[in-house]
Amino acid sequence: MPDNVYDAIVVGSGISGGWAAKELAEKGLKVLMLERGNDIKHVKDYEQANKPDWEFPHRGNRTQQMIEDYPVLKRDYPLNEKNLHYWTNEKDCPYTEVKRFDWYRGYHVGGRSLMWGRQSYRWSDFDFGANAEDGHGTDWPIRYKDIAPWYDYVEKFAGISGNKDGLPQLPDGQFLPPMEMNVVEKHVAEGIKKHYNGKRLMTIGRVANLTAPLPGRTNCQYRNKCWLGCPFGAYFSTQSSTLPAAMATGNLTLHPFSLVTKILYDKDKKKATGVEVLNTETNLTIEYKAKVIFLCASAFNSTWVLFNSATDIWPGGLGSSSGELGHNVMDHHFRLGANGSVEGFDDKYYFGRRPNGIYIPRYQNLFGDKRDYVRGFGYQGGASRQGWSRNVAELSIGVDLKEMLSEPGNWSIGITAFGEILPYHDNKITLDKNKKDKWGLPVLAIDSELKENEHKMRKDMMNDALEMLTNAGVKDAKTFDSGYHMGMGIHEMGTARMGKDPKSSVLNGNNQVWDAKNVFVTDGAAMASAAAVNPSLTYMALTARAASFAVEELKKGNL
Amino acid sequence: MNRRDAVSRVALLLGATVIGADFFLSGCKLSNKDEKKGASLSFTKDDIAYLDEIAETIIPTTDTPGAKAAKTGEFMTVMVKDAYDEKNQKAFLEGMTKIDEASEKKFKSGYMKISAEQRTELLKEIDAEMKEYMKSKKKDDAPHYFTLMKQLTMLGYFTSEIGMTKALRYDPVPGKFDGNYPYKKGDRAFAG
Repeated sequence: MPDNVYDAIVVGSGISGGWAAKELAEKGLKVLMLERGNDIKHVKDYEQANKPDWEFPHRGNRTQQMIEDYPVLKRDYPLNEKNLHYWTNEKDCPYTEVKRFDWYRGYHVGGRSLMWGRQSYRWSDFDFGANAEDGHGTDWPIRYKDIAPWYDYVEKFAGISGNKDGLPQLPDGQFLPPMEMNVVEKHVAEGIKKHYNGKRLMTIGRVANLTAPLPGRTNCQYRNKCWLGCPFGAYFSTQSSTLPAAMATGNLTLHPFSLVTKILYDKDKKKATGVEVLNTETNLTIEYKAKVIFLCASAFNSTWVLFNSATDIWPGGLGSSSGELGHNVMDHHFRLGANGSVEGFDDKYYFGRRPNGIYIPRYQNLFGDKRDYVRGFGYQGGASRQGWSRNVAELSIGVDLKEMLSEPGNWSIGITAFGEILPYHDNKITLDKNKKDKWGLPVLAIDSELKENEHKMRKDMMNDALEMLTNAGVKDAKTFDSGYHMGMGIHEMGTARMGKDPKSSVLNGNNQVWDAKNVFVTDGAAMASAAAVNPSLTYMALTARAASFAVEELKKGNL
Repeated sequence: MNRRDAVSRVALLLGATVIGADFFLSGCKLSNKDEKKGASLSFTKDDIAYLDEIAETIIPTTDTPGAKAAKTGEFMTVMVKDAYDEKNQKAFLEGMTKIDEASEKKFKSGYMKISAEQRTELLKEIDAEMKEYMKSKKKDDAPHYFTLMKQLTMLGYFTSEIGMTKALRYDPVPGKFDGNYPYKKGDRAFAG
């Protein structure tokens, strides 16, 4: 094979790209994985992971220089001293905010699989059927039964710990043993169960941290430093999980600093022939050829590649014949809920820093519950004893202050709602040809907002939290709303949705671009709706499913 | 920290007027592009020694080392230089002068020359004054300088090696989680 010819090209190396590379390479294809950013080697390059707090000059906090350098990242917690190098350089990689959109990106091998929140939940048929049911967006081309075996498959390999709760709206999976709720969380969970006769449930989060070892990976050590990279490989990332498996086949070639600028398209065969790549260090352009292309560059960047591809045939890019390419931007809206204190547990504490919290699955608009909006939300949160940063109003300075702050404070519990955003055609991304990035490439313009359904939902997201905590016996419960802007969920979805009809969707039920069957898009771009749960596990399952399909189709000579 | 921790931290902060709140949120609240960075600020060895003695009075040596041993004075200068915006820098620097002036006024002697007991007495008065000020403070008013000093002392101390390993209990690799761990009054908190 000539140097620049492979069986398959995978664009991007995050959660979806890692899975695509592993599945295709394990099935015998020669795979080239292209990553626009730098390499980060497992363990060896997790430079900050074993540093104690006191070795950071600002103890993890942000500086004025960081605030100046990261005008977007500074808007929320991701701007910090400890893993700053995992977040994208905003000056090199600008974008246009037609309306405010907080886009938190990670351009390096592993992508955001290194920094992700690791919460891993299955979708149910309430989610896959929602668009058809209430008429928002277009119907998903698949249902739970189509993806369930793939959830099984990816969960076993990735390692998801969780409790089997037997809920139709949050299907159980192939779980490692659940992490433990602490004593106060159990107390509040019991209170909720009792008050709502089992119709609402607080359970431990389902999380991609190992509670039992997997080959080559150690179980979680409860350091809660996941987002620095885990030296134990205890949480799922490309580096800890899919990349070593893909490399072990001998079939994978990984090229960092390789920004895919377009898909090369043969209009006679109606297929892609390869990709054009810009080396982000040398600025040289090179072409690679392959039979199959998996776009896994993260939702908006996968669509950016499509915008730039086959423009001689479709001015709006490959997949734009549907009129939906770039449309239906979604995220999860959150940052509001309630918190309060819990009494009677002064003789209890916890050992270990559990990198996980509690989960309250969606109960709205299900099983007879009816709201004045469609869809719903779940809650994440946790109980803890207050630390040294608490205010102790009656204390001044000196020995008393020191001694009191050296002990844990009162127990408190907080829950934050994560809600579904509907797919709206006019929430969209487009190419801004007037603004260029460091390499002279046009950037994305993002134009999206919450609408009435979400605004109505937010009232309940806050008030239900207060009501539930109060009913469970939590004292002095108060609501909070820290405000939300699109993107803050770091769950950007949509812009190349799956569907049943090429006239209203970009991808078919196997994640193939309708207009180029050997191009698969399996990251967040493919989502036709958002559900209320964290999306990454679904990307994994969709990717593994699409990769299996692609290999079968190749064997049949259909691609 | 991950999203949930960040959220619960914010939630916690919103639940009470936490002394660290302004500080932890300062990147969002206080940042202003037009304000100058403080990289040109410089602190002398005497400044650091002075801040060490302020910090030591806030968090003194007991059966565990205090803020001075934890080099909190130096940490404060790093944060004021790098992390503070101009408004907070100004408030902090003025505060350094004000404490010395208050000492002169009360004890006819500069802060570095008065006894540990006198320092405690003085800073307790300033702490009370700060609490009064914060009650009536408007959103855009500069924080009281002693809020800043107290915050930085607590942050600097409890995230220092001494603070984390001696004042608190520190385990870099807990290896397990026990959500029903016994506690009795006087047991130290686990460092984060």
